Amino acid sequence: MSADRPRSRWLPIHAVAVFAFLYLPIAVLILYSFNRQGVGGFPPHHLTLDWYRILFADDAIWDSVLNSVEVAFAAMAIALAFGIPAALALDRAQFPGKALFRRLVLLPLILPGIITGLSLLMLFNLAGTRLSLLTIVLGHGTALISVATTEVFAGLQKLDRAQEEASLDLGATYWQTFWRVTMPNLKLSIIGAALLIFTLSMDEIAVSFFLIGRENTLPLEIWARLRRGITPEINAISTIIFAFSLIAIVLWYRLRVRTEGGAEIGAELLETSEPHP
Amino acid sequence: MFSRAYKTIVTAPPLVWVTIFLIVPYALMFCYSFWSVSSGQSIVHSWNLQNYHELLRKPVYWETLLRSIWIAARVTVFSLALGYPLAYFLSFYAGRRKDLLYQLVIIPLWVSYLVRAYAWKTILGSDGVLNTLLQYVHLTSHPLEFLLYSPFAVVLTLTHIYTPFTILPIYAALEHIPRNLVEASTDLGATPTQTFWKVILPLSIPGVVAGATFAFVLSLGDFLAPLLLGGPSGIMISNVVVSLFGAAYNWPLGAAISLGMLVIVVSLLFLSEKLEKRWSFS
Repeated sequence: MSADRPRSRWLPIHAVAVFAFLYLPIAVLILYSFNRQGVGGFPPHHLTLDWYRILFADDAIWDSVLNSVEVAFAAMAIALAFGIPAALALDRAQFPGKALFRRLVLLPLILPGIITGLSLLMLFNLAGTRLSLLTIVLGHGTALISVATTEVFAGLQKLDRAQEEASLDLGATYWQTFWRVTMPNLKLSIIGAALLIFTLSMDEIAVSFFLIGRENTLPLEIWARLRRGITPEINAISTIIFAFSLIAIVLWYRLRVRTEGGAEIGAELLETSEPHP
Repeated sequence: MFSRAYKTIVTAPPLVWVTIFLIVPYALMFCYSFWSVSSGQSIVHSWNLQNYHELLRKPVYWETLLRSIWIAARVTVFSLALGYPLAYFLSFYAGRRKDLLYQLVIIPLWVSYLVRAYAWKTILGSDGVLNTLLQYVHLTSHPLEFLLYSPFAVVLTLTHIYTPFTILPIYAALEHIPRNLVEASTDLGATPTQTFWKVILPLSIPGVVAGATFAFVLSLGDFLAPLLLGGPSGIMISNVVVSLFGAAYNWPLGAAISLGMLVIVVSLLFLSEKLEKRWSFS
């Protein structure tokens, strides 16, 4: 297709420039995590691993990493436990207010985090719930149901309904059909969703900002340190976060290529409009 | 084919969760906006329009809201200007490298917001990477102070963060364009430029609308980039809300502003859905 169309000269140049704009800041961040002199100062010299050594001895950071991992797993459980049924409901049930329900479930995906965070803060305040990691879990879980729903819904759209019909016709109960036919077919979508939810929760800051108790998650710990001043130690932890995000995304992408076969992967994640059956 | 019980079992739990953790909180936000704070710093649960009067009376709220809209508008335009040609290149010219380049677009999308905003802070500061580089090559003799703690820094950083958000839906829209339409246009004698303006661009409008909505809405509500990079001149409306919920301790007024933002965002989503439908050809 592309061979018979005239090539434009500035399009590839523009593409290179945009990729540079997207990646150079990250490259700079990584480079300066090895700079003995600190963040800034050109050219960087005396490359060192000292900042990583300081980082690995920094208990406060690792406590916050542990908190973030716990929060991410719990948020993942909530988002999947409610997001998978929500996707099934959107795919196969008809009920009054379904369109509104779909919009509400997907809303936190596009809503600025401050609104989700503050509205939940008011709820917890009214209920007398003390802010802690648990309130962050509830916040992340609620916001990320949208991700589980879109991912699993996309999987359901590809599912061959005849398999489930056959299972039911042959005498399997709904319960058996769900576990033996529906779920195995959705396996890759669910793993993909889980990976995405985990990564997003690990990185989330806007909602957590309002729901934080005494214990920090990793992004909030970094945030607190940024207010005090910047050191290459933050570059070092950022580099490690980047490396882990990269692994998660590449894994997720491969899963999606297997389920979707390429093309506009992830695009429906950005679509809040009516799904096209 | 699915029984009533099956439908109830899959519908009820998410419905209950959404009610408790989304509908009730939004309703609370609505209620709070009509309450007030007593001199003893406790919430007075009596209904009045005091907060809305305050918002209308004090120009500082309007000015901050307008500045936020102006920042978000610039971010949207720059993100589209960077994103559209790249999406077009990916969809029509990238050839075998399409898959790799597409991955390069989604990677920054899922890389920590904080990490990327922080990266810009280290680049733009007065002894940051850019200023020391400029002095190293003798382009400037003093650090350029306007780089950090300015609306410029906020727009730059948010454009960096939201450009991938515009690329994905535009790319998806471009991929949906049947290639035989493009061929037909060429066969009927249209130049590539005409084909682009008359066929490709109009058919990709739903993607542009979706991308623009994302960039605008998310940057409008941002408060972290302004806190980190904006300085006093880069304060946005969400920062006002943050301070009202924090040090200033006026939740009701903060709730009124948040509700205003929620209304703006939901109206924009509604509008963009209408626009997407109007322009989609299927």
